[in-house]
Parts: sequence; C-alpha cells; structure tokens
Amino acid sequence: MAAPFPSASADAEHRGAGETGTAAATAPAIEAVGVWKSFGRVEVLLGANLSVARGEIVALVGDNGAGKSTLLKILSGVESLDAGEIRIDGQMIELRSAADAQRLGVETVYQDLALAPHLDVSANLFLGREILRPGVLGGLGFIDKKAMLRAASDDLQLLGLRVREDLASSRVVDLSGGQQQAVAVARALTWGRRLLILDEPTAALGVRETAYVLDAVRKARDERGLSVLLVTHDLLSALRIADRVVVLRLGRDCASFDARVVSVEQLVGTITGVFDGSTRANGSEPGEAVL
Amino acid sequence: MSRPAPTVGAGSEAIGEPNRVEQERALATRLRRAQAVGARAGDAASQGLIFGVLLFLIAFFSILLPNQFPTAFNIRSMGISASVIALLAIGQTYVIIGGGIDLSVGSVLVFSGVVAAKLMAAIGPGAPLAMLIVAGAGVAVLTGAVWGLLNGFLVVKTRIPDLIVTLGTMGIALGLAQVLTNGVDVSVPLVLTTQLGNGNAIGVIPWLVVIALVIAAIMQVTLSATRFGRHTFAVGSNREAGRRVGLRVDAHRMKLYAISGLLAGLGGFLSLALYTNTTIAGHSTDNLVSIAAVIIGGTSLFGGMGSVFRSVAGVLVPVVLQNGFVIMGLQPFWQPVAIGIVLLGAVYIDVRRRSPR
Repeated sequence: MAAPFPSASADAEHRGAGETGTAAATAPAIEAVGVWKSFGRVEVLLGANLSVARGEIVALVGDNGAGKSTLLKILSGVESLDAGEIRIDGQMIELRSAADAQRLGVETVYQDLALAPHLDVSANLFLGREILRPGVLGGLGFIDKKAMLRAASDDLQLLGLRVREDLASSRVVDLSGGQQQAVAVARALTWGRRLLILDEPTAALGVRETAYVLDAVRKARDERGLSVLLVTHDLLSALRIADRVVVLRLGRDCASFDARVVSVEQLVGTITGVFDGSTRANGSEPGEAVL
Repeated sequence: MSRPAPTVGAGSEAIGEPNRVEQERALATRLRRAQAVGARAGDAASQGLIFGVLLFLIAFFSILLPNQFPTAFNIRSMGISASVIALLAIGQTYVIIGGGIDLSVGSVLVFSGVVAAKLMAAIGPGAPLAMLIVAGAGVAVLTGAVWGLLNGFLVVKTRIPDLIVTLGTMGIALGLAQVLTNGVDVSVPLVLTTQLGNGNAIGVIPWLVVIALVIAAIMQVTLSATRFGRHTFAVGSNREAGRRVGLRVDAHRMKLYAISGLLAGLGGFLSLALYTNTTIAGHSTDNLVSIAAVIIGGTSLFGGMGSVFRSVAGVLVPVVLQNGFVIMGLQPFWQPVAIGIVLLGAVYIDVRRRSPR
C-alpha cells in the first residue's frame, strides 16, 4: 500500500505542543510518525502522528473506530505498522513483539488486562521476569516465590493499590474487575522505565480506585520521570491527569490541546468533527499538517 | 471511628444515604472476604479430594478383602501395572496444564517400543543388559521426543487444532509401527523382563514403580517450583497474556509436547521390559486412560491448573478399582462404569472451580 509520507511540520508542531510538561528540548521519549495501518480493506490509521515527551502525560482521545487502540498496539509492539516510523529518543526502532517494546522500557496496560487468571497476583506481576533462587537452585530455574510475594506486596502498597491484605497471594480470577485492573496497572508501573501506555485504565474502576490509579500514574511520572500515554473515553480523567490531549479522528491526529486550557466541550467538538469539519470533512489530504 | 447507629425509619436523605452506602460497602467487603476464605478452603478440599478417594478405596478393599487385597504381591502387581500409564499421564499433565491435549501418547509409546526392540534385536540378545538398556531406552526416549516435537510443531505452526494434530499422529505412529513390523510383535531379550520389567529395585519394590515415582517427583517439583513450570501454567491460563509479557509461548508449547512424547518413549521401553514384546495392539486406549487420569486428578481440562502427583493418584484409582473388583469376583466390566462416574464428578468440580466467584 502506498502511503504518502507525512510532512515533517506536523511532527514539529507536536513537539512544540509538548512544552506544557517537563519536556526538555531533546527528542521525545517516543514518537509515531506518519503511521499507516490497514486490516484487509479497512484502513484504520492514515498517517497518524503522535509524540510523548519525557515526563509528559498525553491523553489520546477519539471516537470509536478512530484508531486509538491500533495506534496503541503498534507502540506497544503487538501490531506491526504498514508504513511510518516509531522513534524512541529520536532513534528509529522496529518493534517486532511486545517483548521488544518491554526491553525498551515501554509497558502497556491492555484493556483486556492480559493477566493469567489462574496464577496469583505476585506470579502475574513477575510473569516473564521471575526472581530466581540464589545459587545452584536458581541456575536450575528454581523461582523464589517468597521473594516475589514480598516484593509484590511492597509494590502494591507503594502504589496505594493494595486493596486487599492478601492481594499478592490471591488468584487473579478471584478478584473483582477493579482489583484485576489495579494489578495490571501495578505491573506496568513496576516495570515501566520509559513509557507507560494505559488503555482505558479506569474503565472498570470505582471513583476511589480511579483516583488511586491516576495518583499512582502521576507519582510514577513525578518521581521517575516516566512518560505516559493514556487512551481513554473518560475526558474528565484525561483533563485531570494529562498535560496534553491529542485527538485522533478517522485515523489521523487532528488536534493537540494543552490540557490546562482546553474544555470538555472543545474536545467533544473536535472528537466528533464539529469544530474542524471544514478541514476534515473531505479527508482527502492524508498527512497534511493540522493545527 | 465512631459511626452513628442507623436509626430505623428515621434519617433524612442527607444523613441516611451516605451512611447506608458505607454500611453496604463494609458488608459487601466482609462478604467477599468470607467468600474468598470459603472458596480457598473448598479449593484445598477439592485439590486433596483425589488422595482421599484413593485412600478410601484402598481402605475399603483392605477391610473387605483383608487376605487378598493388601498383600505385598497384590500391591506390587498394581504398582507395576500403573507405572507405564503413569509416565503417559505425567506428560499428559504438562500438555493439558499448558492448554493442549495429546491423543498420540499410546501410539508414540508403541512406535518407540518398536524402534527400541528392533535396535536391541540388531545388537543381539547376548549383549550385556546394561548395554541393552542404555541403547534401548535411549533410542525409545529420543524417538518419543521427536514425535512430541512434531506434534508441537504442527500444533503451533499450522494452527490445526491440537485434538486433530495428535489424532493424526496417533494414526501415523501406530500405522508406521505396524509397517515396520509387518504387524507382527517383536520380542526383546527375556533378561530385560526378569531384571527390569519384573525385577525389584529394593526388596519387593519393583524397578518400574521406582522409575515412575522418581520421574513423578522430578516433574512435580519442576512444575511447582521452577520458572519452566510457572510459564507452563501461564501459557495454559492465558496464552495471549504470556505473549504480551514476552514469554516465548510457541516454543514453550512445543516443549510440552516434546516432554509428553519423551515420556511416552520411555513408557514404550518399559512396556517392552514388562511384556517382553512390542504389544502393538495393546495400547489403543492408553491416550484416553491417561487423559482420564489427569482429569480425575483434578488438572483442569482447560489449562492453567493441575498437579503431577494428583495425576498419579488419578492413575491409581482405576487400577485399584479394577483390582478390587476382580478379587471380589465382580464382573470387571463395572470398572469403566465406576471410572466414568468418577471422571464426570472430577470435571464437574473443575468447571465449578474455574469460574470466578
């Protein structure tokens, strides 16, 4: 499929918009440039751009079918892209699998949570990164369950997500939806070094749990300088936590707002296409600079 | 924290409402905790259930038939007849916990046995026993592992359902075993039977039982205490979750089938030692027997949960039943009836246990 290459200006403007966060003048922590993706005949992404500066929290919003989930999956290595580039710290990289992204410090909380329901919480937090016993036993692949339980318990408490005393040793299948979501978020927060990608992280959560999760995410940014990409339908949460809100519409990024000044009405208008119908209605100029 | 007691019938909206919400929430939390405790107790009970059933049966027949059932000779013969199928059930446990199934184990056992028997025949019956064992067991294990790898490769790469892949290789392995032998069983040196198949390791404890128990112990520890074991559970519990945290899910599943094939190969060699020939026609239901044992042992047919030791108990329950029925002079045809009922009960418990509470 022939993908018109995106104009560099779109990218540049996004970088400019990142000034609201603690972004340095350096390259963004991660950026997607002119990403195209289609599934069969369905074109989902038509040259979408997105960048998240170091220590910036970006909310990605958009209507159903705008391509949010696809863009997220591409950034987390689950889907490949047809055309375009992913850059980390300004360097072009190729993500062939979720493991590739994780090695680069990108952790994702998927909407379906991606937990192993029959394993306990500590096993899930450490899945694929088990702590081994010291010495010969460790060399034989023996795992240190106690150490993982302890570490998991500490992590959950630190994140303010320890909603149950025995959470670390509970099977995931026995937890409520909100608790499961908390576990998935805790795993990403524990392991993420560069970027956290959160797909509807508060969809199953109550008001108080939502506040916990958002606080934990902000803390991870403040204390460890993590970048955060938040995909959400919940515009109020987005405005509450994000530095910048990017609107994806019909497979392209169509606007980027400073979260301090934009209103929900403005966002809704942009998401639905009311506010920039003039430039988007025909949609025949892929890759053109917006804003 | 002191909370005002709820006043019945009184209380304006403004005061009563949040209070009630809080109370309901506290109640719900307490309820959930109680449920979790109860569920865990139920879990432990259902996990130990199979050992209880086995002990009950042993006690039952021992009391009913004190002179025939609990004798050294009888226990020994039960142990021997359980040990080969136990090896199949151990491999099957790994495959099923990983979310798969292996119908080919009986045929792989036969094929591996045929290859080993042919090799031993070529070496010559006069060769030292140790040499026969090393060569025969080695080639049988290797052959079984290759069949297992083939199963795993086909399941992972072709996306043909595991049930069909292993149904196919089940036919292929058995057919090829018959092609190799013209359908005539190959005999092995008698010394193999007297020394290994029917021989004792310590006192009256037979070699076959010792081998099966040692392998069961190794495989149980591997399953419950190592990274490999944990990834096996994870792959069976949620394959996609494993993939997303970077587990090499396909490679792992191939390894599980390889383990199953390898143990079936070893079973093939021990079967030779036990029966002195390749018993080509004698293993057509081994696959179902091993699967039933695993399920009776409480391993989830849907993956993600299970235990090797419980599968071994699941092998012993039908053996004890059969043995007891025969001694009692009951028609042995009652044994499959009893096993069928136990199997249905085990799966019913599994289905209930899997659903979230």
